[in-house]
Amino acid sequence: MFELLGVAPQALFAQLVVGLSNGAFYALLSLGLAVIFGMLNVINFAHGAQYMMGAFVAWMLLNYLGIPFWGALVLAPLIVGVFGLLIEKLMLSRLHGIDHLYGLLLTFGLALIIEGVFRHYYGVSGLPYPKPIEGFVNLGFMNLPIYRGFAILFSLVICLATWYGIERTKLGSYLRAATERPDLVQAMGINVPRMISLTYAFGVGLAALAGVLAAPIYSVNPKMGSELIIVVFAVVVIGGMGSIMGSILTGFGLGLIEGLTKVFYPQASNVVVYVIMVIVLLVRPQGLFGAPK
Amino acid sequence: MKLTARTFKLASLGLAASLAASSAHAADAADTIKIGVLTDLSGTYSDLAGGGSVWAAKRAVADWMKDHPDAKIEVVQADHQNKPDIAANTARQWFDTDGVDVIVDLVTSSTALAVVNIAKEKNKVALVSGAGSSDLTGKACTPNSIHWTYDTFALANGTGAAVTKSGGDTWFFLTADYAFGQALERDTSAVVIKNGGKVLGTVKHPFPAQDFSSFLLQAQSSGAKVIGLANAGADTSNAIKQASEFGIVQGGQRLAGLLVFLSDVNALGLKTAQGLQFTEAWYWDTSDANRTFAKAFSADMNGKYPTMVHAGVYSSIIHYLKAVDALKSDNDGAAIVAKMKEMPTDDPLFGKGSVRADGRKIHDMYLFEVKKPEDSKGAYDYYNLKATIPAAEAWRPLADSACPLVAK
Amino acid sequence: MKQPSTAKSPEIWIGLVLLALLAAAPFVVYPIFVMEVLCFALFASAFNLLIGYGGLLSFGHAMFFGLGAYVSAHSLKVLAWPPELAILAGTLAAGGLAVITGALAIRRQGIYFAMVTLALSQLVFFLCWQAPFTHGEDGIQGVPRGTLFGIFDLNKDINLYYLVLAIFTGGLLLIYRTIHSPFGQVLKAIRENEQRVISLGYNVDRYKLTAFILSGALAGLAGATKVLVFKLASQSDIIWQMSGEVVLMTLLGGLGTVLGPSLGAAIIVGMQDNLKSLGDWVLVAQGVIFVITVLLFRRGIVGEIMALMNRKPAK
Repeated sequence: MFELLGVAPQALFAQLVVGLSNGAFYALLSLGLAVIFGMLNVINFAHGAQYMMGAFVAWMLLNYLGIPFWGALVLAPLIVGVFGLLIEKLMLSRLHGIDHLYGLLLTFGLALIIEGVFRHYYGVSGLPYPKPIEGFVNLGFMNLPIYRGFAILFSLVICLATWYGIERTKLGSYLRAATERPDLVQAMGINVPRMISLTYAFGVGLAALAGVLAAPIYSVNPKMGSELIIVVFAVVVIGGMGSIMGSILTGFGLGLIEGLTKVFYPQASNVVVYVIMVIVLLVRPQGLFGAPK
Repeated sequence: MKLTARTFKLASLGLAASLAASSAHAADAADTIKIGVLTDLSGTYSDLAGGGSVWAAKRAVADWMKDHPDAKIEVVQADHQNKPDIAANTARQWFDTDGVDVIVDLVTSSTALAVVNIAKEKNKVALVSGAGSSDLTGKACTPNSIHWTYDTFALANGTGAAVTKSGGDTWFFLTADYAFGQALERDTSAVVIKNGGKVLGTVKHPFPAQDFSSFLLQAQSSGAKVIGLANAGADTSNAIKQASEFGIVQGGQRLAGLLVFLSDVNALGLKTAQGLQFTEAWYWDTSDANRTFAKAFSADMNGKYPTMVHAGVYSSIIHYLKAVDALKSDNDGAAIVAKMKEMPTDDPLFGKGSVRADGRKIHDMYLFEVKKPEDSKGAYDYYNLKATIPAAEAWRPLADSACPLVAK
Repeated sequence: MKQPSTAKSPEIWIGLVLLALLAAAPFVVYPIFVMEVLCFALFASAFNLLIGYGGLLSFGHAMFFGLGAYVSAHSLKVLAWPPELAILAGTLAAGGLAVITGALAIRRQGIYFAMVTLALSQLVFFLCWQAPFTHGEDGIQGVPRGTLFGIFDLNKDINLYYLVLAIFTGGLLLIYRTIHSPFGQVLKAIRENEQRVISLGYNVDRYKLTAFILSGALAGLAGATKVLVFKLASQSDIIWQMSGEVVLMTLLGGLGTVLGPSLGAAIIVGMQDNLKSLGDWVLVAQGVIFVITVLLFRRGIVGEIMALMNRKPAK
């Protein structure tokens, strides 16, 4: 069968594994976006810029403070998360109750500011960041760099933990209740505005985490988030905007499909996600895992 | 919504005000030579060109004024953001209302192609140092423009021939899916085959791309001795970084960058970039004059060192000023360019050279290899010179040019 | 208290004043700059039709602007069509694209609609990139302006200026008439309360789609005209950052006002023009304007002025 496709099975599996490692990033990013959207009904256009900030903070921690990757993995999301908290408290909170489009426009403006400032001080050629784990593991059909395998597993763990936290714990149920009826939840004594702020910060932290994870393998430069963000939007639309699991599965799935595209029609690998989105819109407008209108 | 008279009046006043504000450009004295540096000040190419090109232009003017203290020369700058329409609008305005006589740098081929047309239309001068398309001395050549530093043909010729001759005779290309990448691949393939090599395969990646692992795996499994990177900027850097991740070079395959600048090597770091071979037109550590230039540059530019584009801007302006001085006038663009083609070139950075009928500046090209980290002795000490490609061999022969200015 | 006179007469009066100012403009201000502003003003006004009156935020409007530009440029340069046909071709192409993308995008609402239009524009961008006629990165360069109707040589900037002014005025008049027509009223009603309009028996999707197509076609008209001004069409006309810019222009000027988008366009284009030497601070400046406008001046400049005016009458 594989001979018909013109590709050796080994090569195909290798591409799928590599695709999965890209999917790990899509999943992590769309998870953050879905969490923020689910809670605040805001499309966080600044998500790509916050991802970029995560990578830059990791670089800064290493080059200014000597803190290596593992420390950055914890610190960078916290630092960028605090930044997100400030954004929510100072700006996004003023937009509650108005048309959600304004939230999108505000975060779009923020993305321009963040990217512009970083571009000015750090140029655009990108900065080097060393890999924390060197070496390969021989999978038989390919040599997989250990770090990529780590990225896949780490992302999977974080995604599943977040999903579990939101769908299966008490705190998560408060969050979900607050999206539906914030007034009732507030009346029961739960500080809803604080929960909203912290949720935004958490989503931003997830973006930053993806950024730290990306720093050793992708180029650390101010533009790293701006093309990626639109792909992630499409992932969330395909998965179903309200669905956490939908985003995770679609993220990994897209990585796989892109991997296949790179073998058969590589020039289109950037846009296959949009083609899928069009198909999903025609067949199932609410998204693969979304609730019907 | 009521549309009251006052609202409309205020709105139209606002419109008029912004229009008027934008037209308030300073008029300029008739005999000042005004040089416009039109470059990418904020985007992908701002490191290899950008602010450094402005510095180089000002330095050229300062050096010229040492011998010609009475000269009146002004340098202005603008950011075209790699967009041909911004470049075209700026060029038009500069030529029409701001008294600019010559535009330099013009990184990114699409902006250069737009501006050389406008220079021809307005009979001014365009000296392209940043862009690489060999069409600038081919079908898009004009009597008002000169292509200075490098072009895709010379890079392909240099790297392709040198690497193939030194044993890298089977190639696999990673090509950026846009005209420039395809041109690089096409020109290099031709040279590889001419030198007895074989092209085992190519893969086109989207432009721009983040993740090259899948394409690199395909290159790896092809077994080609050389992987040619027919792309530029962030794509090249990313591909090289990820190649080292997958142990491509350790596995015995060579990476050949087809368009690499000093700023890219700095971004990659020597650990990742070591062993990379590519062709450039100029490097700072090749002569005392070049070293002086570089030290002065880095003092003003945050420790960065100049790339060949910056050197090209300097060199092109010096030659322009010589031509204007000889003609005693800066009005007729075509006449100045004709003079620049007539006079041989000689400047501290590039040495002696000439400008051909098709607008091609001729000088030697160099094949460099990136040093190992332990061999680097100081800031930006990155390259070993592997070969010099003499000027007579480096460039596309005049007979092969599609330029209508060339008598056939 | 005396009521303001019927809505018509002050508006006609103001429109004429504006027209007179613009007619005199090329003798005072660099005409290429004014033409650029007029093209973007038309683009922003077309965009505003959808968001300001229909309540639909399209984040992919650059695809219409860009396709209009490419088709017009190709018609002028390769097919050697006269300028009036080239502009028509660009407008129709954009309108056709709007039919297809609109049918897909209408299936979702609100923020989803915005995301879908953004993603669709990326797809269109890719297709244009791959199509050989656009010449990808280089764009279509050296486009001849031609002679309008066989009489007016458009290579003279002043002739071209009056053509662009005529197109801009015509486009704006069309938008104005649409807003004040029964169609426009239903559209505004849909923006306010879609459920109610459905319950009244209107085919809401058909109204939205029609508005979308009109908006897209006019955006294409703006793009096709811009080609004549700069004599080139490039990918910067069709990338998503261009979609973001038109949103900024409209928001800054005033969503849902007739002249707001034009003012916003004038300011943004003027700013880009004057701040060219500042590099990436332009990006930051645009971001700051976005943020401040969304937080404090949501009605946009014209909107705020009008709100001030309307507060004047005594209670």
